Amino acid sequence: MNAPVLEVSNLVKRFGGVLATQDVALTVLPGETHALIGPNGAGKTTLIAQLFGELRPDAGAILFGGQPITSSPTPERVRSGLSRTFQITQLLREFTVLENVAMAVQAHRGHSFRFWRDARRDRSLNDAALRLLLDAGLGERAGVVVAELSHGEQKQLELAMALASEPKLLLLDEPMAGLGPAESEAMIAALGKLKGSIAMLLVEHDMDAVFQLADRISVLVYGRIIATGTVDDIRSNAEVRTAYLGEGDEAC
Amino acid sequence: MRTVELSAPIVEAQGKGRRIVAIAVVAAGLLALPSLAEVSGNQAFTSLATRMLIFGIAAASLNLVLGYGGLVSFGHAAFFGIGGYTVGIIAQASQSGGLVLGVFPPTNQFLVVLLLAIVVSGVAAAIIGALSLRTSGVQFIMITLAFAQMVFFLFVSLKVYGGSDGMSIRSPGVFLDLNLRDRNTMYYIVLIAAGAVAFLYWRIVHSRFGRALIGLRQSERRMAAMGVPAYRYRLVAFVISGMGVGLAGALMATFMRYVSPDMLAWTGSGELMIMIILGGVGTLAGPFVGAALLVLLESWLSSWTEDWQLGVGLILLVVVLFTHGGLRGLYMQLAGKSR
Repeated sequence: MNAPVLEVSNLVKRFGGVLATQDVALTVLPGETHALIGPNGAGKTTLIAQLFGELRPDAGAILFGGQPITSSPTPERVRSGLSRTFQITQLLREFTVLENVAMAVQAHRGHSFRFWRDARRDRSLNDAALRLLLDAGLGERAGVVVAELSHGEQKQLELAMALASEPKLLLLDEPMAGLGPAESEAMIAALGKLKGSIAMLLVEHDMDAVFQLADRISVLVYGRIIATGTVDDIRSNAEVRTAYLGEGDEAC
Repeated sequence: MRTVELSAPIVEAQGKGRRIVAIAVVAAGLLALPSLAEVSGNQAFTSLATRMLIFGIAAASLNLVLGYGGLVSFGHAAFFGIGGYTVGIIAQASQSGGLVLGVFPPTNQFLVVLLLAIVVSGVAAAIIGALSLRTSGVQFIMITLAFAQMVFFLFVSLKVYGGSDGMSIRSPGVFLDLNLRDRNTMYYIVLIAAGAVAFLYWRIVHSRFGRALIGLRQSERRMAAMGVPAYRYRLVAFVISGMGVGLAGALMATFMRYVSPDMLAWTGSGELMIMIILGGVGTLAGPFVGAALLVLLESWLSSWTEDWQLGVGLILLVVVLFTHGGLRGLYMQLAGKSR
């Protein structure tokens, strides 16, 4: 069996008296789509933030590609092949769509200590950025300023930018949140295309999406993983049904 | 897809053509300014224009971190003063036949002194920036102000360099066969420096580095998620900015043949900010226009009243409230409406 891309063990995060992450252990295998589900406030986003280096865990270890990254800063993790999308989109709102992706490509090509050449006319950046945008179905929106994009387009752009760094593991924080039915379907299709070639940790409330995409599912409740298994395992797990699926259906 | 690709370069080319014409007109006006001033009998205006250009260099340099980087430094007067004092201290040693700081042999070569002023200001900016940039927001404003005040009181207490009285620079140095005491000569030297600085910032702002700097202003979190660490890019921008302001300070010291702690006063940092706001934050020409306007206002209003700053305050209020982005914003609004 292949060594896991991501291996999390005994991860703990406290906010005052609240245990947001309780002894979490989690693995993502190469090419695997691992979904992380759980009711609101279960600590999913907190867990993603720790994996990405935006929050420092209080205890535990994170191995990425076999290397410990528990205390390395976010940009270093990105350079080693980790990438993420945000639930609340984080984009460079004054830049055009093309410039956002070109910046992501530029960041992936190494340092930005280049002071002379006009980056806007840099073909190698723009061509690569445009290719990513065409893949994301945003080719026609390349010249539009990000602040003018619809929510669905912003979510697609987030994904395109996350892919610019050619990641080994993609952390997806509710990519379907706030999308209409058609936009959701487009996002599921986009993620379906990536499935298998890039390992993904998918945090999502949309159960249709989770059941379509996931190879394995972990259920997080009150900061603790109460079950991990295949789609069928999780569907038939009594504890999960009471803790999440029963009331969760209405909640989302 | 096709329309995007076709129309963008045309619009861009039109804008580019207009910009080249505008730059040519401004450059011709600036080159002819001393002659025009002489013909019209207003020779003093050349000196005023020299001050405008020097403050323009300083404001444009601050704008690199403030406007493009989103880092509100309230301590850039420190670099203005450090640049000026570098000139003053070297000149003093050169006149007395002593050593600079008791170690280095002095020089009276204008260009070498200017270069040293830039380097010294850059080193100071590296030290102040390295510490200040560990904070952000209001703390950053306060810590840069605190460092500038430290430099201010350091020079006030240094009696060797004239303390609070400052010191005169008897010889402005040697540069080719030029007479640096001549008003027009100094104007053209400053004009060349301002042109070079403006061109340099134009390149930087549109380079990969500039894009990273502007991106960090918009969202540090997004930039981190793309693998761009904020600190090192901001520090380099801070150093470039400090060097630019130091150059302006050195030019001012050479032009006035005088340095004093006044150059280091915190109000100087404020004035640079006012210039940027008047002209347009985060624009290339804005700080130069704003600097020209403030110097002009200062000289006009102060001939009427001691309280000229009241007038400046009112104008600043109008600019902030009613123009979207300084004089440049006003121009864009007017141009947009008339079309």
